[in-house]
Amino acid sequence: MTTENAAPAAKQKRPIVPYLKLPENEEPYLAGCRCTSCGTIYLGERRACANCMAVGQFEPLKLSKRGKVYDWTIVYQSAPGIKTPYIAAIVDLDGGGTVRCNIEGIEPDPKNIRFDMPVEMYTEVVRQDREGNDIVAYKFRPI
Amino acid sequence: MLNMRDVYVVGVGMIKFGRYPEQDIGSLGGQAVLLALKDAGLSLKDIQIVMSGNLYQTSMSGQRILKEIGMTGVPVYNVANACASGSTAFREAVFAVGSGAYDVALAVGTEQMGKMGLLGAPSDPSTSPEGVLGTGLMPGVFAMAGMEHMRKYGTTIEQFAKVSVKNHKHALLNPLAQYQVDLSLEDVLNSRMVAYPNTLYMCCPTGDGAAAAIVASAEKARQLQGGGKMIRVVASALTTDPYTPRTLVFPDINTMTRECARQAYEQAGLGPKDLSSVELHDCFATAELLHYENLMLCGEGEAGRMIDEGRTALGGDIPVNTSGGLLSKGHPIGATGVANICEIVWQLRGQAGARQIEGYKAGLAHTIGLGSACAIHILTA
Repeated sequence: MTTENAAPAAKQKRPIVPYLKLPENEEPYLAGCRCTSCGTIYLGERRACANCMAVGQFEPLKLSKRGKVYDWTIVYQSAPGIKTPYIAAIVDLDGGGTVRCNIEGIEPDPKNIRFDMPVEMYTEVVRQDREGNDIVAYKFRPI
Repeated sequence: MLNMRDVYVVGVGMIKFGRYPEQDIGSLGGQAVLLALKDAGLSLKDIQIVMSGNLYQTSMSGQRILKEIGMTGVPVYNVANACASGSTAFREAVFAVGSGAYDVALAVGTEQMGKMGLLGAPSDPSTSPEGVLGTGLMPGVFAMAGMEHMRKYGTTIEQFAKVSVKNHKHALLNPLAQYQVDLSLEDVLNSRMVAYPNTLYMCCPTGDGAAAAIVASAEKARQLQGGGKMIRVVASALTTDPYTPRTLVFPDINTMTRECARQAYEQAGLGPKDLSSVELHDCFATAELLHYENLMLCGEGEAGRMIDEGRTALGGDIPVNTSGGLLSKGHPIGATGVANICEIVWQLRGQAGARQIEGYKAGLAHTIGLGSACAIHILTA
């Protein structure tokens, strides 16, 4: 087979951050861990606990897809390619863990957003990387 | 202070902040250093060590300045701590003299921001989560810090906007400020929104500039001041952000500032009531109100009332940012931490012109850098 006739590499779905897991034939989820020494919950993996400094004492966690808006802003000026205005938020997940995310599904207007608003996670393809793979991000929308 | 001998500020200088596209940091910094040397009555030959604060041109910033004004071969530290770079450079100079290792040290802060728009914007937007997974950039983070205060205490956008009105008014009296414009509350609130609730005039500008401060031992200071006012550094505190819930995702600028302030007041043997003014890090209007509480200028949740009552304006009982602050004086990143030392020194010496506060006794200078660091110095005469 010559290189001209070789089939193109299959397009993959890649998460925008490593702690967003996209398992085959299963729902995407946020992976985290809990320090067994002090109980602090983190996104992704850790070598040592930022809170109590314990080394390597973590149990893996699947974080909840639901949470509440702890804090938010509406961003009007951003990096090239980002559609503005958009709602940026800090969401406390049910059962522990906190994420930074966009809130979609509502107009970015202060009167549409409330502190402690319940929200749920979903995923979508946001762009393609340089090899043409789909980049998947998580977002939250009001429940 | 911290088991060190006393350290005195013997010279300060800064150039008007603004846009100098044709000048590099060697040129900007060189001018500020020459001003500080003239102020001190010293030559560059008297400087034994140089601490150069700069963020975006950190590679050899100090050496670039010496190439411009005098290559004496002395030790140079190039210091970066985000927006606390200049303060960290000043602290290094204070420690160099306080430790007894040197008698005269120079701290210089510079920044050439060119046409930098959104600071920290990702260089490769195709892979960055910025704007896709919320925001980690300064306008959004400091906006959310303000929103958190609104959530806790019902602080209003108008109260935050008053910070910008106040600081722009102060800058009208500061010929070295980047912007000298009298803004009304409506002007501030009606300018375009950058990150809710901060409008354009509630965000500090980018710009170019430099500031320098020379510190010396008591003996050297007495030689130079010849009976004039001796400006002593009575506190130098530097903290980073300790772990707090959410801080890895939403930087906590408050806890580290409170701890830094506690340490500074303890070192100085002073409290907030002893201060004649404060130069604090108003990178965004929302930040200033938070720092009224973080620096214990008022109690929890009282910052909104404090600005409403005019207590932090010139003429009030604890003026904040008489220089115009970052909002109006400008914020060339590396320069800021040394520029706020300049303002405190001028106030202590009675050289603050139309901004002069009567009977000035003690001043506190504060900066923070996201990532994070907080630096506080207290000076008395």
